[in-house]
Amino acid sequence: MKKLLIALLFTFVSTSAYAGGHSPCGVTDGSIKILANEFTTYRIFMDEVKSCAGPDADFSVTHSVDHNKLQVAALSANPAEFSAKLVTNGSITTLMNDNLIRPLDDLVAKYGSALQDNQKIVIDGKIYAIAFMANAQHLWYRESILNDLGIAVPSTYEEVIAAAEKIKASGKMANPYAGAFKSGWNLGQEFVNMYLGHGGDFFKAGTAEVSVNNAKGVAALNMLKRLTEVSNPDFLTQDTNAVKEEWESGNVALMHVWNSGAASLLDDEGDQAIKADTRLANSPTVGGGSKPATTLWWDGFGIATNTSDANAEASFRALLGAATSTEMANANPNATIWLIDGYSPGDTAGPVVDAANRGATPYPSLPYMSLLHGALSTELVEFLQGNESAEKALADVEAAYVAKATEQGFL
Amino acid sequence: MPHRTFFWFFFPSGLAMLLFIGLPIISSFFQSLHIEPEQILMEVEKCDPFGCKTETKVDIEATTKLQEEQPLGRFNGLGTYGDRNHLAFDEIKEAWTNSSSIAEFTDILLNLPFYKALLFTLTFCFAVTPPVVVLGFIVALSVNTITKSLKGPTIFGVILPMIVTPLIGSLVLFWMIDAKGILGSFIQYLFDDPNLSLKSSSQLTWITLIIYGIWHNTPFAFVVFYAALQTVPQDPLEAAIIDGASRYERVRHIVIPHLYPVATFIILICLMDNFRVLEPIIGFAAEGVAQSLSWMIYNDLRSENKMLFGSAGATSMLTIIGVAILLTPVLIRTWREFRTER
Repeated sequence: MKKLLIALLFTFVSTSAYAGGHSPCGVTDGSIKILANEFTTYRIFMDEVKSCAGPDADFSVTHSVDHNKLQVAALSANPAEFSAKLVTNGSITTLMNDNLIRPLDDLVAKYGSALQDNQKIVIDGKIYAIAFMANAQHLWYRESILNDLGIAVPSTYEEVIAAAEKIKASGKMANPYAGAFKSGWNLGQEFVNMYLGHGGDFFKAGTAEVSVNNAKGVAALNMLKRLTEVSNPDFLTQDTNAVKEEWESGNVALMHVWNSGAASLLDDEGDQAIKADTRLANSPTVGGGSKPATTLWWDGFGIATNTSDANAEASFRALLGAATSTEMANANPNATIWLIDGYSPGDTAGPVVDAANRGATPYPSLPYMSLLHGALSTELVEFLQGNESAEKALADVEAAYVAKATEQGFL
Repeated sequence: MPHRTFFWFFFPSGLAMLLFIGLPIISSFFQSLHIEPEQILMEVEKCDPFGCKTETKVDIEATTKLQEEQPLGRFNGLGTYGDRNHLAFDEIKEAWTNSSSIAEFTDILLNLPFYKALLFTLTFCFAVTPPVVVLGFIVALSVNTITKSLKGPTIFGVILPMIVTPLIGSLVLFWMIDAKGILGSFIQYLFDDPNLSLKSSSQLTWITLIIYGIWHNTPFAFVVFYAALQTVPQDPLEAAIIDGASRYERVRHIVIPHLYPVATFIILICLMDNFRVLEPIIGFAAEGVAQSLSWMIYNDLRSENKMLFGSAGATSMLTIIGVAILLTPVLIRTWREFRTER
């Protein structure tokens, strides 16, 4: 009875909202299988997708922090293991490289009347993905701790380190800073942020030839090293979710993590005293630069090439229903920055908007960027452990990249 | 056994081995000789929530066409084997001519991914196998002497580490040795150092992995030794007791010689297993400091981009060669014993 009520209510809401176009929700045929990253905002989004799909739909979603590692293998199979994948400006390029996601123009024309133009990811004139949120990493701090010690909110990484050292010296916390330094994708991402903050370019313009072994790269690495020195000694095993746990346990006073972390850090679970003390700040600049050392991201969805048209349509409808749901966005205004029409941003949106205004670059969508990111993931560890010089680590990154890019046919 | 009977007896498993082991090896070998076809790039306009700009993209049509012409990819001969991510011939040559001392050369060598992984793999193999054999033997001897009613539960307890899935077992230990886990905080308390962390340094991570390896492999050695202990002939043992031999002397002069071939078998299997170490590295999130050959294959096939079949194939071939080299001494020995027995 309750299910029926919800379904009825939903039909009513969606028909009124999408007057003029076909209603996307209430899918009855085709199966919907989605691969997605694992964090709270995506859970909120997926609940909406599921309710849009309706009770009769064949619906399943796989949340995994390893989604990027699974996506190519899972979508290359024919028929693909998943009919849809939540993508970002980082992960879409690998799927585009292998033609694993399909153009969505027909489906958008049929169902997409409620979409905003900036939600459409248009590549070479065709829509390949629909974005629903924007995200960026920025600084978080514990207000009472900074106030007690008379520390101003840091606006540069140099100030972050000074603040962390002051907190450490006060004896309040042993390791006051945290960032996602887990060897692998997270570590690579920290370098990407810091290198862009120093104004670096990853490739020689217009080519796949890497160039990170330069003064900016060395400066970026040295800054990362200094940050790890005020972090938990286990930093090489901590990903974003582990860092958030450290925060919720009260072990950390400063951290640089995703804006979407607000969904779990500012919810009603966990220590409410820490939650009340948690503040968001703009992403710091570094080395006297003007751009904040962070990257802009959009999150959206793409539909698999290797799936039947019926499954593609079913998946598109359910995902689109959520990606245009003003109700969901306004019910969770602080979960992230939704790109959905009619959404009024909550009070946590500031740092991302600030990063965009101050010229932070979107994460580079280049076909060979993931290879470089992979090389950064493994080759920087020895430097951070103090077993290798910064120049040597960067030379290793370049050499590892060249070997892989050659094998993939980019060089 | 007549040859004919042996043939039909062996045929089903031989066929399965050929299909599921032989053919994949041959296929991996062919794949390792090829690299991906050239990627044709084009400049296109790309629009997203942050604005429009011109960016590089793979020309899917042209690249797909190339792929259809060469489904295996471009022929690269043994090029992949010699590149920096594998045997790195050029880098070694350069290091040899440019380095002033053996220490410097070793440094450069062990910084190359393949040799770094090989060093860990071999260290793991040779640090884990001997303790496993010795411990397995001691545990088997002890279990063999306890009363019948306690034997069942004890054996179950001893075998437990082997029953637990390696990935789960290592994850459980990973959380226990965390700086805030029960073992981690105990070690900090023991050494009175609040910053001590088993996960923070390469050496400590290696030691953790090796201890995990011993913990996980000992039950296997125990099971085999325990079974073999049941076959030790009772007559010589009784005779030795009458002659006044101590327990140590009986074990040393009767039991150990009897179990010798079994020990060889265990060493063989352990070396082979440990050469393929992978799960504990993933479970302990130790990729940063400890990489094995299997991890390199895993990483080629499960990184954030296209699967590097050529590179993974080459590492697989090198792993097979490695296992073969490692087992040769043991196999030669077994062969000699077999010949003399005849």
